Amino acid sequence: MPTTFRIWRGDATKGEFKDYTAEAGEGMVVLDAVHQIQATQAPDLACRWNCKAGKCGSCSAEINGMPKLMCMTRLDDLPPGETVIVEPMQAFPLVKDLVTDVSWNYEVKKRIKPFRPRKPDNADGTWKMAQEDADRVQEFRKCIECFLCQDVCHVLRDHHKHPEFIGPRFLVHVAQLEMNPLDTEDRIPELKEKQGIGYCNITKCCTKVCPEHITITDNAIIPLKERVVDQYYDPVMKLIQLVFKPRKKDELAETKPS
Amino acid sequence: MPVEYQTHEHDVIVIGAGGAGLRAAIEASASGASVGLVCKSLLGKAHTVMAEGGIAAALANVDNRDNWKVHFADTMRGGQYVNNWRMAELHAREAPDRVRELEKWGAVFDRTPDGKILQRNFGGHKYPRLAHVGDRTGLELIRTLQDHGVHQGINVYMERTVIRLLKDGDRIAGALAYDRERGRWTVFRAKAIVLATGGIGKAYKITSNSWEYTGDGHTLAYDAGAELIDMEFVQFHPTGMVWPPSVRGILVTEGVRGEGGVLRNSKGDRFMFGDIPENYKPQTAKDQEEGFRYVLGDKEANRPPELLTRDHVARCIVREVREGRGSPHGGVFLELQTFAEWFGKKNPKFNAAEHWKKKLPSMYHQFKELGGLDITKEAMEVGPTTHYMMGGVRVDSDSQMSRIPGLFACGECAAGINGANRLGGNSLSDLLVLGKRAGEFAAEYAKKQNASGAIHADQVDGAAKTALEPFDRATSESPFKVQEDLQEMMQDLVGIVRKEDEMVRALAGLKELRARAAKIQVTGNREYNPGWHTAMDLHNLLTVSEAVALAAIQRKESRGAQFRDDYPKKDNAKFGKVNSIIAKGANGEMQIKLEQLAPMPQELKDAIMAEGGGVLPDELK
Ligand SMILES: Cc1cc2nc3c(=O)[nH]c(=O)nc-3n(C[C@H](O)[C@H](O)[C@H](O)COP(=O)(O)OP(=O)(O)OC[C@H]3O[C@@H](n4cnc5c(N)ncnc54)[C@H](O)[C@@H]3O)c2cc1C
Ligand code: SF4
Ligand code: SF4
Ligand code: FES
Repeated sequence: MPTTFRIWRGDATKGEFKDYTAEAGEGMVVLDAVHQIQATQAPDLACRWNCKAGKCGSCSAEINGMPKLMCMTRLDDLPPGETVIVEPMQAFPLVKDLVTDVSWNYEVKKRIKPFRPRKPDNADGTWKMAQEDADRVQEFRKCIECFLCQDVCHVLRDHHKHPEFIGPRFLVHVAQLEMNPLDTEDRIPELKEKQGIGYCNITKCCTKVCPEHITITDNAIIPLKERVVDQYYDPVMKLIQLVFKPRKKDELAETKPS
Repeated sequence: MPVEYQTHEHDVIVIGAGGAGLRAAIEASASGASVGLVCKSLLGKAHTVMAEGGIAAALANVDNRDNWKVHFADTMRGGQYVNNWRMAELHAREAPDRVRELEKWGAVFDRTPDGKILQRNFGGHKYPRLAHVGDRTGLELIRTLQDHGVHQGINVYMERTVIRLLKDGDRIAGALAYDRERGRWTVFRAKAIVLATGGIGKAYKITSNSWEYTGDGHTLAYDAGAELIDMEFVQFHPTGMVWPPSVRGILVTEGVRGEGGVLRNSKGDRFMFGDIPENYKPQTAKDQEEGFRYVLGDKEANRPPELLTRDHVARCIVREVREGRGSPHGGVFLELQTFAEWFGKKNPKFNAAEHWKKKLPSMYHQFKELGGLDITKEAMEVGPTTHYMMGGVRVDSDSQMSRIPGLFACGECAAGINGANRLGGNSLSDLLVLGKRAGEFAAEYAKKQNASGAIHADQVDGAAKTALEPFDRATSESPFKVQEDLQEMMQDLVGIVRKEDEMVRALAGLKELRARAAKIQVTGNREYNPGWHTAMDLHNLLTVSEAVALAAIQRKESRGAQFRDDYPKKDNAKFGKVNSIIAKGANGEMQIKLEQLAPMPQELKDAIMAEGGGVLPDELK
């Protein structure tokens, strides 16, 4: 079935939507259509991809206004017969067509204190860890760094707080480090003072777009906010604690040896 | 007018930021060298991120009978004894330390009930040996190395593609790259260079590999005067997705079979039981019951035939399909229901859906979203897919240096450790073990040099100008079309089942394709232009394709991944002790020769005998 794709073409200086027609075959995803258009009509159409199976997080874009992986968006899940609109992520500077400059994210990662394990438990340099403890951290470590959550978060997308707020992706990263039972580092002061966790007002948009189904807000951000509240005052968190029954006082902190 | 370029200088430049490149960079940097790490994609997106099943290392956490000697013997048997035995030995000895080190750097592996790193079964490994994280082990590995590496002060240059190595006389001096974003030139100047560019899967139509796998490192090294070895051995993984068409080739991890997945043809027969090679009979289950007991960790039981080596399982699937017993879309069935039913009978509380979602989360996700199929309830359709390159740059077993002073290689683009067939899980461990060694020795080499070699302007200019030619042509050949035709031809003529006349035709076909590649026209400008990038990759694809065909013709026997319809048997007398070596001749033509393997020390022979019921395989006699 011939389908129309309205794709953003252009660079940082100028650009416009252009319409292309691609043949939509069974099981096809948006990335297939983009490749078809590249091979037959627009060889210089820029997009990123690697795995074509939702594992690398390269092919992030906005499809009909929703932040998505192009390789995991099937055409038969989109409204039949309608034009498919494909545009680059909005929260980052445009390089060209569907490619954006995501280098800011790599800079943010460098600023977060790295993993610092306690002394090994065993003589051969290994540790003991229960699967339940691993589970909690593994949820966050599923992150494929597609940056779709960064793209959708209004603090970055609309308010451009990039210098002050690390965004949901890196709150997940901090959570994974903080909740690793072997880790001994304290990242809470920076979280409040330099990484802007207070900007997050728990809209949960990030959780909704995460292709790895990481429960970013409930499992990562709220527990981190709770830890911050222990040390500082956070108005949003205060409200949440008043409205909802407070969670059992950080059960996670207990797994961490002092 | 000479082309303009920027220069970045480091003691060591690592080209490639997958597991091998990252591990090399970390090691070189830890020993005090200034390190630049260059990659075609963004950091963290290299192929390594896609690895699913696990990392092979004889930690002996699940079965305490395991040790490096058994791992070594398994690796050699899998490689049909044409492996570089010294690499296989180092790999088996050092892999456990490399895995433990990842934990120190923040990796969180799945755990045993007593809190150690859990290990799973995989094809060709005698004991459960693969440390893993569900079925996303590669992500864990690359993210751990990436996060550790950036805090160590490695300089990362992302989205830069190296198109040529630069030499000063015999020694390596640097590398020329363009940046994908703007199409500008960069010269990376270094005392030592480590290639870690991965494989060549994009030479084939059906592949589990990404656009990056165009044989760049293989070609860069070859063009610079290094040798390639074992190029006939291309691994076709038995289980790739076959339906829908757009996902054809995407990998279905061997972990599915490791967890009890069963292969069946359209008649419902479990055909793997009907074809077990002699040398694997003592290690293979006699019936379904025994196979499933093995899956559950029963030490008395042998592994199910689905876990025979990849080359063998792939050929059995091809046979079923050819003989008319395939699935509707040209594969066979892989299902989890038989195991679930069997186990459910013993264990009424067993919840199959939950179990598989936990054990194989990304496979569940992949089939659900891309194939519209629930693997916990329905059978998957699978067929062989081009997966891994055993052949690559010939390097010294201990230092990973090629015959060009200062040029090192590691990971999938280097060769030796796997011989004729790689065991699953042995790549990730190879990246760590030999990647570390490459980094260590590259830094040591760099330290001994007073200064970097000189950069010769004519080399830079020549390569850059050739790369820009397609913009000026008035011809109309499309880079995508040439690439597609090459992939189809390699798939048809130099694929899983090979014949002399077909491969000779392929060599002629490659000449024609090269002529077409010289007429490619590229439109648009140099900024992030996939048409131009594809045009530049073609030289590499053509080079490695020729090397594969040439080496496959030369080896007139079937061994491991190489199956010759016209020579269906192993010929140990002629080919059991040799590697094929490819290098560029004085006239620029590709040349091939056979070389004897080094004799194996008695200690290692003993290890192999101990695992082979006291008999030494013919290749080692
Ligand atoms: C789907 C899948 C599943 C797998 N599962 C497993 C498994 O469970 N266990 C296992 O052991 N193995 C597995 N493998 C194999 C294993 O993942 C790969 O062999 C391994 O990751 C290769 O690592 P590498 O570091 O050599 O290369 P890669 O990780 O591919 O990295 C190559 C790097 O080189 C860069 N590069 C390439 N060319 C250039 C150039 N010209 N200029 C600059 N940079 C360049 C790329 O950008 C990239 O950064 C799997 C492979 C696939 C495809
Ligand atoms: S929940 Fe917080 S981090 Fe997530 S999108 Fe909303 S404001 Fe941003
Ligand atoms: S948390 Fe989810 S959405 Fe955000 S970068 Fe990671 S995988 Fe993408
Ligand atoms: S291409 Fe890897 S996530 Fe889409």
